[in-house]
Amino acid sequence: MSEDLNWAVGGEAGDGIDSTGKIFAQALSRAGRHVFTSKDFASRIRGGYTAYKVRTSVDRIESVVDRLDILIALTQRTVEENLDELHDDSIVIYDGERSMMSDFEAPGEMRGLDVPLKRLAEDAGGAIMRNIVALGAACAVSGFKIEYLDESLEKRFGNKGEAIVENNKTAARLGAEYVDEEYDFSTPYDLETTDNDYVLLNGDEAIGMGALVAGCRFYAGYPITPATDVMEYLKGRIEDYGGIVVQAEDELSAINMALGAARAGARSMTATSGPGIDLMTETFGLVATSETPLVICNVMRSGPSTGMPTKQEQGDLNGMLYGGHGEIPRFVLAPTTISECFHKTIEAFNLAEKYQIPVYLTGDLALAVTEQTFPPEEFDMDAVEIDRGKVVDEGTIDEWQNETGQFKPHAVTDDGVSPRSFPGTGGGAHMSTGLEHDELGRRTEDTEMRIEQVDKRERKVETAREAEDWSYREFGDPDADTLVVSWGSNEGAMREAIERLDADGTDIRFVSVPYIFPRPDLSAEIEAAEETIVVECNATGQFADIVEHDALSRVKRVNKYNGVRFKADELAEEIEAALGGAAEAEVEA
Amino acid sequence: MSSDIRFTDFKSDKQPTWCPGCGDFGTMNGMMKALANTGNDPDNTFIVAGIGCSGKIGTYMHSYALHGVHGRALPVGTGVKIANPELEVMVAGGDGDGYSIGAGHFVHAVRRNVDMSYIVMDNRIYGLTKGQFSPTSREDFETSTSPDGTNQQPVNPLALAMAAGGTFIAQSFSSDSQRHAEIVQKAIEHDGFGFVNVYSPCVTFNDVDTYDYFRDTIVDVGDEEFDHDPTDYDAAKELILDRNKEYQGVIYQNENSVGYEKREGVEGPMTDVPDGAPEDAMDLVREFY
Repeated sequence: MSEDLNWAVGGEAGDGIDSTGKIFAQALSRAGRHVFTSKDFASRIRGGYTAYKVRTSVDRIESVVDRLDILIALTQRTVEENLDELHDDSIVIYDGERSMMSDFEAPGEMRGLDVPLKRLAEDAGGAIMRNIVALGAACAVSGFKIEYLDESLEKRFGNKGEAIVENNKTAARLGAEYVDEEYDFSTPYDLETTDNDYVLLNGDEAIGMGALVAGCRFYAGYPITPATDVMEYLKGRIEDYGGIVVQAEDELSAINMALGAARAGARSMTATSGPGIDLMTETFGLVATSETPLVICNVMRSGPSTGMPTKQEQGDLNGMLYGGHGEIPRFVLAPTTISECFHKTIEAFNLAEKYQIPVYLTGDLALAVTEQTFPPEEFDMDAVEIDRGKVVDEGTIDEWQNETGQFKPHAVTDDGVSPRSFPGTGGGAHMSTGLEHDELGRRTEDTEMRIEQVDKRERKVETAREAEDWSYREFGDPDADTLVVSWGSNEGAMREAIERLDADGTDIRFVSVPYIFPRPDLSAEIEAAEETIVVECNATGQFADIVEHDALSRVKRVNKYNGVRFKADELAEEIEAALGGAAEAEVEA
Repeated sequence: MSSDIRFTDFKSDKQPTWCPGCGDFGTMNGMMKALANTGNDPDNTFIVAGIGCSGKIGTYMHSYALHGVHGRALPVGTGVKIANPELEVMVAGGDGDGYSIGAGHFVHAVRRNVDMSYIVMDNRIYGLTKGQFSPTSREDFETSTSPDGTNQQPVNPLALAMAAGGTFIAQSFSSDSQRHAEIVQKAIEHDGFGFVNVYSPCVTFNDVDTYDYFRDTIVDVGDEEFDHDPTDYDAAKELILDRNKEYQGVIYQNENSVGYEKREGVEGPMTDVPDGAPEDAMDLVREFY
């Protein structure tokens, strides 16, 4: 990777940190640079500490590192919170005229640049633009041409009128000029630009866009961090396609509304996070046993209970795989990157309808709040295929009626999949229920029919296992002795960790698993490796347990559950440590 | 929709397992008549049922139907109707389903005002679990779980609906079959959330709120001499807050009501989607430039 720059703006919630960071990230993207962002934030509207971090390079980036080169600190706490990431060559931009920063001194060897952000903003037209002054200062510090900010400012403030846009452009220039004039400063950075056009989006937005493209027309949800962005993305867009977003009174209602819409024949979805999944679990069994196609998106955060609502975790794996009483199949998909969030969402809708089954589509906070640049072609619309499964119409419905003309929504078939008749279809009237039912969807306690229905629902999984692609994504050296397995959002950090380990002479075969159920069988890969390490963001190693169970073989585990995602450099060290630990254990044995 | 639809077309071939004499028979017959009278047929009708004796209704009727989870029938109906406004959606359940476990959804369904009807079979008792008090049971009602009375006020469902901004609030008695069917029909015809609390006596576990009790006490607000104007909010409020009498009829109706899905601009069924990405799909990507 060519040289990357790690930049952040931090302050209190309510300081406009997010929009400031996003303006900078967009400007970099417009300049043809890749961007990968992350956020430190808390569950509060004002005060505390919040930061927006941007990692940028001309090469594609898919992870964060433990290093911060330029920091705009609106509060002293912003610096304190980032001491581990700051280094001797770091530059801190702050406003010494802000009372809370008046006695600030840059720690250690790092350089502090006192810029009167508020005063310069007032010169440009209003104190509210102080963050934009800081952005201008950061441009001067990083050698990033200030003109690139302009388009970003136009996008952000365009709807507020020409004058506001111009004031903001002025504010940015005043910041840059101040640094140039007051400080003897030659930037150590070379922020090369390219002619590439990139788009910048986060995982929730990618899921929302995937849903629209997949034909999702009904979304019901209840706001919850970090899944709300899915709902906010869809609201205002889904209507253009004849659809709707309904804000329900709670998650119990949200999933039931989505279920109702799906039974009416709409492609339907809800999204939530762990606490909402707990509530939705009540209805999950009904969705599954009534064989209703539904996409349930779980953007995981740290649990249990209210846990750490703004922190990363992959702790809901077992909940999604086994949640709910009784036994019922479900699919669980876990996209591994932001662009995969888009592709897997489309796939989730197809799988749900083809197999008339609830599909958990699981992201996590790290994917949800991260914005990443992509070439637009990565969202290949020509490749999108929609498969609605066995939907019958009035011309074919008689094939699925019994001798008295009653439609069989739970017909026992070879592949386990029954016909589906949308309400309004003549001759298709039928009921379904959470009670065990017969082929007509009516309650039964007949012992043979019970077995037939349980078996046909399970048979759908076997059919799908054969018919669909449940493969993993592979990186690194396929012949390496060390196999690393992870699922979900760890892929980016792990890919960069491989490069670092490779540079240190450690070869890794890395398998990134986007399918949790059904999932690829890793027995042969584990057999072929000397060591297998499963990497995941939880304490107990839920995926590692499954991998061990599948392969009947023990694996090593690298777990992180402090609420922060894996960082590439840290992960490389953890892998080395796990391997070193193995060597030591052998010596001891 | 064909005009030769008869109410028996909404009957399934399953024989109800309700106790002989159960109020739910009359409630269901009235629903079927009202559906037929409003020009609906089983193929365009969606019944959502809750859990309990009342929840079995989806099995005994012939239409598209879902028998859902306890207390969540209204959200299901909401989803069905919004996703296909051409369907006639009727949600049915009991007092436990609607006013206890589902009370939260009831309030929000009322204020959302989706164009569907909600028929609550209120027998003031939990029947299927064999005789525990319900949210509409009287304070001194003695049951296996309230041997000394419930020590709680019964819910006033009509008042809840009114407080939540209900646009159609009615009550009927399953045994007065003609009036019951008429009232349900009005609920169907109402553009918005047509709520009917139906006194539907439990002959096995409730020896207080019996057929005789309702026959003797019920006052029909539709009677000419009663002279009630359902569009008069204050008059309706007075009736609803009067807990000393049992009223039947349309107590309140806001004639300006427009169903939520219409106000949200839903124009038709959401069932059709293209075979691939929509033609303008790349515009969605370009928004992220």
